[in-house]
Amino acid sequence: MNTLHSKTDTRLGLAITLAVAAFLVGPVVLSILAGLTKNYFVGISSGLTLRWVGQVWDMYDATIWRSLIVALLTLVICLLAGVPAAWVLTLHRGRLARAFEELLTLPVAVPGLATALALIISWGTVHGLRTSTLFIVIGHVLFTLPFMVRSARASMTGAGLAVLDEAAATLGASRLQRFLTIVVPNARPGILTGGLTVLTLSIGEFNLTWLLHTPLTQTLPVGLADSYASMRLEVASAYTLVFLLMLMPLLVGLQWLAGLDARRAAAGKSA
Amino acid sequence: MRRRGWLVFAAPAAALFLAFWLLPMVELALRGASPVDGHSAYLTVVTAPRYWRSLFNTVALSLAAMAGTLLISLPVGRFLAWHREFPGRRVLVGLLMFPLSFPGVVVGFLIILLAGRQGVINQLSQWLTGDSLVFAYNMGGLFLGYLYFSLPRTIGVIEVAAMQLDASLLEAARTLGASPWRRFADIELPALRPALIGAGAMSFATNMGAFGTVFTLGTNIDVLPMTIYNEFTNYADIPVAAALSIVLGLATWVVLFVAHSLAGSNEGGAGA
Repeated sequence: MNTLHSKTDTRLGLAITLAVAAFLVGPVVLSILAGLTKNYFVGISSGLTLRWVGQVWDMYDATIWRSLIVALLTLVICLLAGVPAAWVLTLHRGRLARAFEELLTLPVAVPGLATALALIISWGTVHGLRTSTLFIVIGHVLFTLPFMVRSARASMTGAGLAVLDEAAATLGASRLQRFLTIVVPNARPGILTGGLTVLTLSIGEFNLTWLLHTPLTQTLPVGLADSYASMRLEVASAYTLVFLLMLMPLLVGLQWLAGLDARRAAAGKSA
Repeated sequence: MRRRGWLVFAAPAAALFLAFWLLPMVELALRGASPVDGHSAYLTVVTAPRYWRSLFNTVALSLAAMAGTLLISLPVGRFLAWHREFPGRRVLVGLLMFPLSFPGVVVGFLIILLAGRQGVINQLSQWLTGDSLVFAYNMGGLFLGYLYFSLPRTIGVIEVAAMQLDASLLEAARTLGASPWRRFADIELPALRPALIGAGAMSFATNMGAFGTVFTLGTNIDVLPMTIYNEFTNYADIPVAAALSIVLGLATWVVLFVAHSLAGSNEGGAGA
């Protein structure tokens, strides 16, 4: 039925789409191959090997564990601070609330370098903090919190939660009870999406982390930058491969949740 | 009102933001204003030509990459919106969205694999013409990196906006004899304007502050994030680094704010 758009329009669209897909995926394929070939300069004919992946594990395993710990701590703080804030922002739609929400997103809009410098200037002198992994967690929380708030709020609005909450209040339930037994369970899909987004962003964060890290608190992306600068191409590629493998389950989870959301919306419409 | 009692629940987020972002930012801004050799770092930054050149490079490159991204994303987003079912669509969309979560450092490395010394483009060029073709380690590589970073985001936004376009408008225009080009320019483009502005602003803002990509491609590329980093680590000139960060942050925020209100006012206008 698509006569609305001319044939040239469609063909051009398809050609550009395929070209973009090649541009985006081609280098990833190259990187994966390079990480698994014995000698990238010679080519695949030199044979496949897991030697480089093994070398990455020997040299950089600490950065991988640290990134996981940072991501989990960031997630916990984002859940504790972000989900309640999202509920407040769902109930209050006044100018002040919107200004607050706008302010919370500033650490995402403002370049990470500026945020990192500001943190170092005002908190870097606190004893022990500068050299602790916690310093990186603080930076990651600032950067990821808006995403948690936004996606938690998305599944709180419109579900008639406010009415449910008021009904429970008249029955004498306390605020904390209502929050934990009504708001949180009903907002689960959004909280889950927010959580996966927080983990994904934290594991890949570099702009802030590069200034916040110390030699003893290197994260995975910091290690990546280090390997890009000083290691042979095969090792750098193998390291990138490890990073992609870590991201994979998170991305698949996000995709699955998005699909679930779309199906639920469709079911809601047809009902 | 009963809802007021909930406000405490926003306290943790507010406290985190205040203590670790807002107050440090104020201190950063003040540090830039503290006098060194009799004048503030802001004055140094504003009067030194090398910082102007750095800022100009950053803005020009960010704008160029934004324009390129929009130009490429527009046909892709339209194509995906108008063809919602064809074999392989899910895989294609998956491939287009996969790089969404790559950090700037990784994007930089992918650009090196593409256009670096051992890159495919160089190998192809040597095989075809005998000359080497390497452009990963300068502005060209950075431009490509910014494209790579922004394309998945922008395509997604434009696709969603194009899906919401009212096809009956286009049909009516065709019945009235409007050419495909006129239908595109007079109906589609105005309808996509808010999405284009929004996605463009996001792309511009990300490009302005992108540090990972530059860091991987080469530390001698003269853009503002690199300058700030050098002032901070190599020269330990914290007031200048602070002043430059504030300038960069403000410039980025102003663009986002203007774009936000432009896109918003357009939506209002379309509804009226």
